[in-house]
Amino acid sequence: MSVNSNLFVIIFASAIFYGTPLVFAAVGELLAERSGVINLGVEGMMLLGAVSAAMVAANLDGPAAVVLPIALLAAMVAAGLGAAIHAFLVITLRVNQIISGLALTIFGGAAGLSSYLANVWGLGKQPAMNQFGRMDLFGLKKFPVLGPILFDQTLLTYLSWVLVVLVMVYLFRTRMGLHLRSVGESPQTADSVGISVTRYRYGHVIAGGMLAGVAGACFSLTIVPTWANGLTSGEGWIALALVIFGFWRPDLTLVGAYLFGALSSLSFTLQARGIDVPTALLDALPYVATIVVLVIVSNSRISKRLGSPAALGRPYEREER
Amino acid sequence: MSLASRVGLRLEPRVDNPRWMNWAVPVCSFIAALLVGSIVLLITSQNPISVYQRILERGFLDTGSLSGTFISATPLLFTGLCAAVAFKVGFFNIGGEGQFYVGAIFASGIALSLGADAQSWIAVGAMVLAGTVGGALWAFIPGILRAYFRTNEIITSLMLNYVAGIGATYLIFESDSFWRELGGTGAVFPKGKIIPLSAQWPSFDLGNLVVPFGLLLGAVVAIWLHVLQRRTRFGYEMRVVGGAPSTARYAGMRPARVIVAVAMLSGGLAGLGGAADVGNFRHVLDPKGLQQSGFGYAGIVVAALARLNPIAVVFVAIILGGITNAGYALQGPDFPAGLVGTLEGLILFCTLGGEVLVRYRIVNTRRQAVAS
Repeated sequence: MSVNSNLFVIIFASAIFYGTPLVFAAVGELLAERSGVINLGVEGMMLLGAVSAAMVAANLDGPAAVVLPIALLAAMVAAGLGAAIHAFLVITLRVNQIISGLALTIFGGAAGLSSYLANVWGLGKQPAMNQFGRMDLFGLKKFPVLGPILFDQTLLTYLSWVLVVLVMVYLFRTRMGLHLRSVGESPQTADSVGISVTRYRYGHVIAGGMLAGVAGACFSLTIVPTWANGLTSGEGWIALALVIFGFWRPDLTLVGAYLFGALSSLSFTLQARGIDVPTALLDALPYVATIVVLVIVSNSRISKRLGSPAALGRPYEREER
Repeated sequence: MSLASRVGLRLEPRVDNPRWMNWAVPVCSFIAALLVGSIVLLITSQNPISVYQRILERGFLDTGSLSGTFISATPLLFTGLCAAVAFKVGFFNIGGEGQFYVGAIFASGIALSLGADAQSWIAVGAMVLAGTVGGALWAFIPGILRAYFRTNEIITSLMLNYVAGIGATYLIFESDSFWRELGGTGAVFPKGKIIPLSAQWPSFDLGNLVVPFGLLLGAVVAIWLHVLQRRTRFGYEMRVVGGAPSTARYAGMRPARVIVAVAMLSGGLAGLGGAADVGNFRHVLDPKGLQQSGFGYAGIVVAALARLNPIAVVFVAIILGGITNAGYALQGPDFPAGLVGTLEGLILFCTLGGEVLVRYRIVNTRRQAVAS
């Protein structure tokens, strides 16, 4: 038996595979929250993205190199539109962010528009014709240990790494990133130096939604890979927890995403190995772990230094200055 | 710059609050939601008029349809109260779904263990109590974590929904538990034991209309909550903690305790809903059915539309119960699943937007600028 079929290698490799949608969704939510807007609609936006991507993949004939980018684009547009509704309600109309976000999840969610559209379009009867397959990057797939973990993933995973690097640079090394953080920490100050709070908030909420759409597409184009009702099974909510876990930093959020990717894949990894553990216990693990990790993080010393953006959840009203 | 400010519109807090707006705005929001919904229907080549007409007929107007609507409204009433009570103090319990399951598990457990010989009123009373306790215990977890460990209750309560769903599935599908029917067809197809007749909740037949006991109980609970919020010391503390936690602390209240108490009250209401669902309708612990219904999430819509007012929750639950009931009755190619949730979401969006008109006036800044 080669070292690459070692249980831990497989767990690491599937942690990255199953953690990828969490990276996209959590980094998207992080952008919105850095601008001061909580969006609890992640789960709904992911499902809207997943159903749109599945629709394109099922109905568009052509080579994968054409179909898949269009499917991703469709996912981003659909989820971005969902985010735009939330943005309009909470930024322009100053509706309570929590209730508006919940409304978005209910609207798009497993019993809402995503399920309706899938029924109307007749999706989910067969696997997607075009999928993001695993690619043997640099031909290093067979390299011991690191091969399966780093060089045998899908294009979406590699894109997520690029995204994390770009967002890190954007947030902490560019002028726009600095402006974004100031809008999230103190919109009054940002406004007084001529930064448009409204424009920054709209932009980042919608960008965050588009990334949630990509996260949804990860499910319908690689993980499942077809449409199934409610296929994200609550991962949108885990993404929200990951933003807190990662102290609103993309790099730490990526670590958290892979931790939860490992937990959510553990059930069938162990089963495939014939290791007998009650499935209910393993299925519940990611959810219980989210709670435990959240309690620890919320009470740690670091969270006082690296806490949430100060204006998170508060609408900005100019006349209140 | 936002669209609103580009065309020269600005929101200005209202000084006056005209009374007619309190009913006109929700009604207009509802109509707006139906209009947006008909765009969605048209795009997906459905006829909006016939869809709405069928919802109205199958939900409210056809003979016997209102009885079915009451059945769908009962769980929504309890989960709506669950969300309304908690949201009012700023405890965003979205774990009503899981608390509903745990209530159903507890209530069916007690009904099964009392057996067929128990007197009916004792069995029903025990189920009410057990369901409430089950839901309250499940909500105690996010309550205590928020109050004493500063942990975001939105995420913890939601994660527990999945845990409760997995737990209920385990009891029926993955173990030989007390809840599972092992004899007969249950040996082949996993299913729960049916609770004894004596534990099945009564329904009152008024000729054309059947009113379930659970709905009446829910209405009484709603009135009790209204009194609790307006007329008692605890209600006063809830209002202060919800409005201004630091003021509450200076006034000698203990916000943390109030939050834990509200969390348990809220969860207890959802758990009672789970008991009503088992006692009045399902008569069995049915994990798949529970998870497909999504009553807990729909309860959030109910509470938001009722503006967190317990009495209004009763009426909103009946309206949304009608739409849900019509959804069950009509499900098929002309009425795809998911339409009900889509419409609920649109109604909620429009109501949230409409409420802004109650709080703010829209001022045309361009005209003002010209005038001055």
